[in-house]
Amino acid sequence: MLLNQFLLLAAALFAIGVYGVLARRNGVLVLMSIELILNAVNINLVAFSAVRATVGGEIFALFIIAVAAAEVGVGLAMVLLLYRNRRSIDLAGIDQLRG
Amino acid sequence: MTDLLTLAATTASGLSLGITEGGSWLLRNAWLIPALPALSFLGILFFGKRMPRGGSELGIALVGIAFVLSLLTAAAWIDHRDNFEGEEVHRAVAAAEDHADEGHAAEGHAAGHPSLAVHNTVTWFELNDVTFTAGTLVDGPAVMMLVVVTLVSLLVHVYSTEYVAGDQRYTHFFAFLSLFTASMLLLVVSENTLQLLVSWELVGVCSFVLIGHWWEEKPNSDAALKAFLTNRVGDMGLIVGVTILFFTVGSALPGQFGSFSIAETNALAGAGRLSHTALLVASCCLMAAVMSKSGQFLLHTWLPDAMAGPTPVSALIHAATMVVAGVFMIARMYGVFFEGFSIGGSSINLMALIGGLTTLVGACLAFVQRDIKKVLAYSTISQLGYMVMALGVGAWTAALFHLFTHAFFKACLFLGSGSAAHAVHSFDMKSDMGGLRKHMPHTYRTFVIGSIALAGLPPLAGFWSKDEILVGTGGWGLFGGTGGNGAYTFMLVMGVTTAALTAAYMTRCIYLTFFGEFRGHGTPHESGPRIVVPLWILAGLAIVAGLLNLPKGFPLVPGSLQERFGHFVEPVAAYFPSISHGTPSWSLAIASTLVVLSGIAVAGWYYFVKVEAASKAAGESLTELPDGLTSRYPLAKMGHTFLVQKYYLDHLYTDIIAGGTKGPVAAAAYKVDQDVIDGVVNAAGENAVKAGNLVYHRFDQLVVDGIINTSGRASSGAGGELRKIQTGKVQDYAAILFAAATVLAGILIVIV
Repeated sequence: MLLNQFLLLAAALFAIGVYGVLARRNGVLVLMSIELILNAVNINLVAFSAVRATVGGEIFALFIIAVAAAEVGVGLAMVLLLYRNRRSIDLAGIDQLRG
Repeated sequence: MTDLLTLAATTASGLSLGITEGGSWLLRNAWLIPALPALSFLGILFFGKRMPRGGSELGIALVGIAFVLSLLTAAAWIDHRDNFEGEEVHRAVAAAEDHADEGHAAEGHAAGHPSLAVHNTVTWFELNDVTFTAGTLVDGPAVMMLVVVTLVSLLVHVYSTEYVAGDQRYTHFFAFLSLFTASMLLLVVSENTLQLLVSWELVGVCSFVLIGHWWEEKPNSDAALKAFLTNRVGDMGLIVGVTILFFTVGSALPGQFGSFSIAETNALAGAGRLSHTALLVASCCLMAAVMSKSGQFLLHTWLPDAMAGPTPVSALIHAATMVVAGVFMIARMYGVFFEGFSIGGSSINLMALIGGLTTLVGACLAFVQRDIKKVLAYSTISQLGYMVMALGVGAWTAALFHLFTHAFFKACLFLGSGSAAHAVHSFDMKSDMGGLRKHMPHTYRTFVIGSIALAGLPPLAGFWSKDEILVGTGGWGLFGGTGGNGAYTFMLVMGVTTAALTAAYMTRCIYLTFFGEFRGHGTPHESGPRIVVPLWILAGLAIVAGLLNLPKGFPLVPGSLQERFGHFVEPVAAYFPSISHGTPSWSLAIASTLVVLSGIAVAGWYYFVKVEAASKAAGESLTELPDGLTSRYPLAKMGHTFLVQKYYLDHLYTDIIAGGTKGPVAAAAYKVDQDVIDGVVNAAGENAVKAGNLVYHRFDQLVVDGIINTSGRASSGAGGELRKIQTGKVQDYAAILFAAATVLAGILIVIV
């Protein structure tokens, strides 16, 4: 079965996503990396669902896609507001919560 | 080839579809044609900027190959249609005859005609026991569209290398031209409605991107959004319609959940095995999609605004190909529409009415435009109305033939208008054009050829296709003609009226652009060869394309050369309804030609005689009479304003429908917010204050504070240490989160 290949693909995507979230300073790119992480999860769900011949995972994946769309909508709105207020979407400059 | 031959596909119900999985290699592998421009899209996207010509050479090369493949596929189809006598056909014929005996197959189409649509599918995905397929269904209309789309796309690619030369998003432009071509080609070969829906959305996105190509200017991005959102309205109809059909087919097939297959849906509808109510509802929903995509009346308002895009885009997407996707979809799902709207034997239905109204309203609006591209946009709306009307009256072949000829002459006109605008840097006919005849002879000649073809004078392309539509209405029956699927006299009247209007507004457009004196600045020059050559190719096709479908009984040519287009394009299969064909009528052809000539004569008299004389008297190049009808008669003025305001439809949509919805919703939400939610919150707050005071004195001060102060000191100390990791940067927190998750995962693995 091809399961391992899918899991490896998902793991690679997840790792790329984590790298992006941690290392990129551009707000939009961080959002895109979050999408990568979510899609890595989707691949896992669909792959397991295909192996076990059930639809549960695929339905979950559809839900995740819908939620991810909403999430990125909110996220982009935040980035837009950030840009309006600061003329920059560099996340490194945003540290008002520093203790 | 024997091993490839399988028996003609039959459904679970044993219904013969008249499709085969045999056929020549090219017909089975038509997916290659959309794949090539898709490849070109990816190539240009990733490597375009590094190529010497910004990726346009890759686009032209791959679309060129796709065009050659389409031509070969067309040749293969012609061979298949006339000579294919493979083993599976005989079996299919036998099967069809069996079912005809049982009273199943719709008229036993396949029996009489040993030629079958070529079908090739792969499994797309499976959900439990329902299998979704993707693939190609290659038959006459699909092959015709493949040739038209690749040809116009190739010419537009060549034209664009000059038209958008030096643009800052040159590479991006070609990438999306390729993606659009790929999506449109995928749409025309789609085997099922789901795939059709996907490619339908893809062409919509490409249209959005290309209309907004110069998005820095607000009107352009507004136009792109308007096109996209208006199409969303119709797409809802498509989704609902496709879903209804899926379940309707499922209910007719024992043991099947549903089916997206176009051939199966049409065949079942044609055999009368689907509920008429479901078909009617589905047809109405799909009609909404056609209204938005093909610019039919009520949802046509986006198409004129879409002219904000670059002119090659207007020619390719908003004249020749994407806007006919709706027409093509009706043609593809004709079994459904034919039954759903009961087209045969009727005298009016929704589709014919919408088409007829669209031809008229579009043509009227074309009279009051200053922008040359908007004249052509409204003309496109009007001609699309012709096609939808033709389908609505059952003149299937005439509609597809008009689609075919219209693609050439309208692309020619659009590219010609772009050539003129390129020279004068404006699209405004009244203030910046005029007299271009002397400066741009090639553009002038090709534009006039395109206009005559559009107006429909013999022997140019538009005459033959328009006349077939008029014949197909069957309305001429009152005057001694014959044929057609019903007595659509009302549609005939609208069609003939539009013919006169079309001739008149194109005369106006030619006068304002090419005659009189030049009213712009500087001296315009003829465009270069990469613009002029595509113009002449399209003009040449606008002259000869009509000869492909000479009417039956035409005296000058042998019978084997008559109705070639109809012979090869119209499917002969169980999935296609049995429509009857009108008989061409000399009297109708002569009458419609006279009507066109009278339209030209009236507009010509106004512009070439009256305005010309007034210009001489005034000593400057005028665009209208200073004391015309609108300045003398208030009623005419009102009519003019009504047209200039585009029937106030934009006001209706933005102010009344959108404004009327969002105002009350906001007011209601505000009221709920103020009265209900705030009330609850306030009451809760007041009660909480009372309870709080009580607790404060008895319990808080004594017990809690003691504990709090102690723990406070402890946490203050801990906080002092921990604040060092609180950098406030979200990515540091994320790093800690991921690190902790990794550690926990590690522990989990070690323990379990």
